[in-house]
Amino acid sequence: MDKNISFTLKIWRQRGPKEQGAFETYHMEDIPGDTSFLEMLDILNEQLVEKGEEPVVFDHDCREGICGMCSLYINGHPHGPATGATTCQIYMRRFSDGDTITVEPWRSAGFPVIRDLMVDRSAYDKIMQAGGYVSVNTGAPQDANAILISKDIADEAMDAASCIGCGACVAACKNGSAMLFVSAKVSQLALLPQGKAEAARRAKAMLSKMDELGFGNCTNTRACEAECPKNVSISNIARLNREFIKAKLAD
Amino acid sequence: MTKIDSKIPEGALAEKWTNYKNHQKLVNPANKRRLDIIVVGTGLAGASAAASLGEMGFKVFNFCIQDSPRRAHSIAAQGGINAAKNYQNDGDSVYRLFYDTIKGGDYRAREANVYRLAEVSNNIIDQCVAQGVPFAREYGGTLANRSFGGAQVSRTFYAKGQTGQQLLLGAYSALSRQVNKGTVKLYTRYEMQNLVIIDGRARGIIARNLVTGKLERFAAHAVVIATGGYGNTYFLSTNAMACNCSAAIECYKKGAYFANPAYVQIHPTCIPVHGDKQSKLTLMSESLRNDGRIWVPKKLEDAKRLQRGEIKGADIPEEDRDYYLERRYPAFGNLVPRDVASRAAKERCDKGYGVNNTGLAVFLDFSEAIGRLGEDVVRQRYGNLFDMYEEITDENPYKTPMMIFPAIHYTMGGIWVDYELQTSIKGLFAIGECNFSDHGANRLGASALMQGLADGYFVLPYTIQNYLADQITVPRFSTDLPEFAAAEKEVSDKIAKLMAIQGKESVDSIHKKLGHVMWEYVGMGRTKEGLTKALSEIKTLKKEFWSNVFIPGKADDMNIELDKALRLSDFLEMGMLIAYDALQREESCGGHFREEHQTEEGEAKRDDANFSYVACWSYQGEDKAPELLKEELNYEFVKVQTRNYKS
Amino acid sequence: MWLINSSVGRKLVMSISGLFLVLFVTFHMAMNLVAVISEDGYDAVCEFLGANWYALAGTAVLALGFVVHIVYAFILTAQNRRARGNQDYAVSERPKGVEWASQNMLVLGLIVILFFLLHLVHFWGKMQLPEILGEYPEGGIDLIQQVFSSPLNLVLYLIWFVAIWFHLTHGFWSALQTLGWSNKVWFCRWKLIGNVWATVVLAGFAFSAVVFYVKYGLLG
Repeated sequence: MDKNISFTLKIWRQRGPKEQGAFETYHMEDIPGDTSFLEMLDILNEQLVEKGEEPVVFDHDCREGICGMCSLYINGHPHGPATGATTCQIYMRRFSDGDTITVEPWRSAGFPVIRDLMVDRSAYDKIMQAGGYVSVNTGAPQDANAILISKDIADEAMDAASCIGCGACVAACKNGSAMLFVSAKVSQLALLPQGKAEAARRAKAMLSKMDELGFGNCTNTRACEAECPKNVSISNIARLNREFIKAKLAD
Repeated sequence: MTKIDSKIPEGALAEKWTNYKNHQKLVNPANKRRLDIIVVGTGLAGASAAASLGEMGFKVFNFCIQDSPRRAHSIAAQGGINAAKNYQNDGDSVYRLFYDTIKGGDYRAREANVYRLAEVSNNIIDQCVAQGVPFAREYGGTLANRSFGGAQVSRTFYAKGQTGQQLLLGAYSALSRQVNKGTVKLYTRYEMQNLVIIDGRARGIIARNLVTGKLERFAAHAVVIATGGYGNTYFLSTNAMACNCSAAIECYKKGAYFANPAYVQIHPTCIPVHGDKQSKLTLMSESLRNDGRIWVPKKLEDAKRLQRGEIKGADIPEEDRDYYLERRYPAFGNLVPRDVASRAAKERCDKGYGVNNTGLAVFLDFSEAIGRLGEDVVRQRYGNLFDMYEEITDENPYKTPMMIFPAIHYTMGGIWVDYELQTSIKGLFAIGECNFSDHGANRLGASALMQGLADGYFVLPYTIQNYLADQITVPRFSTDLPEFAAAEKEVSDKIAKLMAIQGKESVDSIHKKLGHVMWEYVGMGRTKEGLTKALSEIKTLKKEFWSNVFIPGKADDMNIELDKALRLSDFLEMGMLIAYDALQREESCGGHFREEHQTEEGEAKRDDANFSYVACWSYQGEDKAPELLKEELNYEFVKVQTRNYKS
Repeated sequence: MWLINSSVGRKLVMSISGLFLVLFVTFHMAMNLVAVISEDGYDAVCEFLGANWYALAGTAVLALGFVVHIVYAFILTAQNRRARGNQDYAVSERPKGVEWASQNMLVLGLIVILFFLLHLVHFWGKMQLPEILGEYPEGGIDLIQQVFSSPLNLVLYLIWFVAIWFHLTHGFWSALQTLGWSNKVWFCRWKLIGNVWATVVLAGFAFSAVVFYVKYGLLG
């Protein structure tokens, strides 16, 4: 059985994008080890509401690691201490009695803080809108099996496509670069025959949108890959570079 | 009594949809540009509908409560999507998929709708592949399939354990493309609060901007709700935290019928509840039942020792294990439909054979599969699920059997729609899980994704034109009309009332109480007595909520407690509606099990003579019992029989 | 112009100029080894690379490579700082698998430049520069003798080599990654090749420096 722990939380509180934020300290007593990190924050919020205070705002939804909504920077890591997991998949048994746990929002110029730990990631939608699709209308395309795709390619595309758009890569990157996110989508569609026709256009459009939105330049530190909850590889970034350079040279 | 017209086209079953499409009214391209459509929700149904309508040239306003359309809870579907492709040459066909769905739904779904669903299932796979959805492939490059509960063929297409994610991202891509083209305007972090009706037709919505807290008005020629199910009425469910039924309930209150609310699906393979602080239950994909074997101990004393933590599952020898699904249902074994598997687990646990400290869990064991296939193959197939299980429970499922228990997962009931997916309010359409249409009393695995995408890509974009063709001369509406002002005032009054209570209880604490009542009395096994009790307890809770809830902060600001309170006010209505429906349905069918109506072996006993209808509930006003209307189900093509998964 | 306007374009310039400098460093090391083996040979090479048109052109291209690499480094860093936002994390920890060098390339680069300037004063300022100005250059071996007879200089040079080594170990695979010539398999290969290469080159430099010190400092 998991034992209960008590610890100190240092949580970033900020009213709005333009306002000055600061850390608030909260003491949590007797939290069972099998409580998830977000359930622990629920408990904190219940306590705050009971005291008549406003709860800590943070993004969360599916709580099973797939929607990409949760986005906390815990003790110096996006999504906390575990690898290959989102914040909602972290359980308190990972922490020890007496710990101080620092919780911050994603910090990047591309993701301004909305309130407390909630940030605005609409930039990702804008990058997707710039070209993250295959231009095919709903209708009657050819039979699904008419396009043969080798298992290796399908698996590799799937690995790239497993990106959940949480933004941990940007949060982890000292350059605030969104290359891992962009490259995952570009890779998925560049690998598959369906997406090849407009691969060049897509790479250029998505990359220039990323640049335009103020994300930084990738310097290959690999922090994104290390912190990605879905283990998306930087080999996708190499592919994006290749696609982009090829497209520009062809112009 | 109001006659319910489901508008099912004439003709042979296989020709109905083709006939409909051949004769429906269309809107020409120039007119499409002049027609606005509101789509609420960006899950599989909402995103695919918004994208397809945008492609056709309509002007679409698309709303979602999260920060991006890609977060919608469709993303969490793991297992797969069914289609009648018969790529495996195992005898599958449109008819067979139709038949399995009707049978799986315990003969409580409309034949014509289900047949159409099976028909378009193949188009969905084609469409998704064209969009670049990375479905699993065989070495030869063709698509791979797996089998799923309730079927004897392999017709489920999948993308690792993340099929819902990949399909949603496909729809989201298509949607993003339309946003880029300007045909769809996207509103994120907005929540629909009210429906605006002008001259009997749905003409707009009132939505709350969740960042600023401000109410905003939106007008259109038609409104489509694709807002998912109401599983979170039970507080603990596999639904995402933000999933709610407010849009549906507000439409219901404006006159849309709510159909079959009692049909709630309880998924057999979830991680058991571990404590009272839990906020969410985690689903383990149904695909695990392909290789995992479900059992409890044969001997009661073994179960007791497991419950006390004295022994582990692996300590119990093979001959003392009761593989109760294989025992009771030899033909389908561990792959019986969800409702059957869930009830069987409950039956064992009720008898005292539960295997964890709460006595509410059964084993899902992979030792046989690991022996047969090797650990590597099992890891390849289910590795991510096993890892997830280990993170949550701190137990290694390669070594000790997993523990699972049923949990609320999906709601087959929903807003009533006719064949055209139009609700009983003209101009208001409901698609995806939000409507009631295709699954009857129980949904088969891998069919939710199919229905969401069928509605959004291939059904609604056609049928909505049949409605809009008459609307081409109607100019755009001004949001200054008194109907908009009145609808907005209803919401602002409600919010003001909530904020003024300043009571002592948090929203979640009341929601937990509601969930407890729902699970206890309106859950897997229901009785007349329990349901009556539930109704009175929910009424009490409703009073408690409206007199003692505490919401900090301000109304016209971001306020997450207010968001939750608004949702809870509708969950309370929903809870009663489920209980009313469960109470009137004096039979057991699919996800609805009345303990008074079972065979001696404990199987569900349906009553086709008296209950072969869709229960449509019509709102009668605050604190009044809703009125029940019935849409008779006429089975013309399928012989109605007792479901048999034994032989 | 996409080499200026796009992030990948800018990185491409860094990558190509960087690889060019890697080549230069390699040739330079080879020359040093010549000096270890044969003093006359070294002087011959120095003479060959005097102020001829080809040597001057080479120097100009080389200087351009340096300037471009350095200027872009500053531009990229400034942009990346801005993209990072104003608020720093209160707690941050280097994730596993992230090399220290990769996150400190600018600092390493600055160290390299500082010592590089010193190196220019020591050698180029007394060899090619006077020749360009029409004055008489000093002999290569004489200069080596002057510089490396001092233990302080030896230590300074060794520190410099360490910084270059770190800079190269990250820079090498990073450049190929930026060029797009990488994937899961080649990433490991490039990394290994880069590490071996950087080690060989820098060991060559260090070896010659130590030999000179022993030769001219201790024994001389």
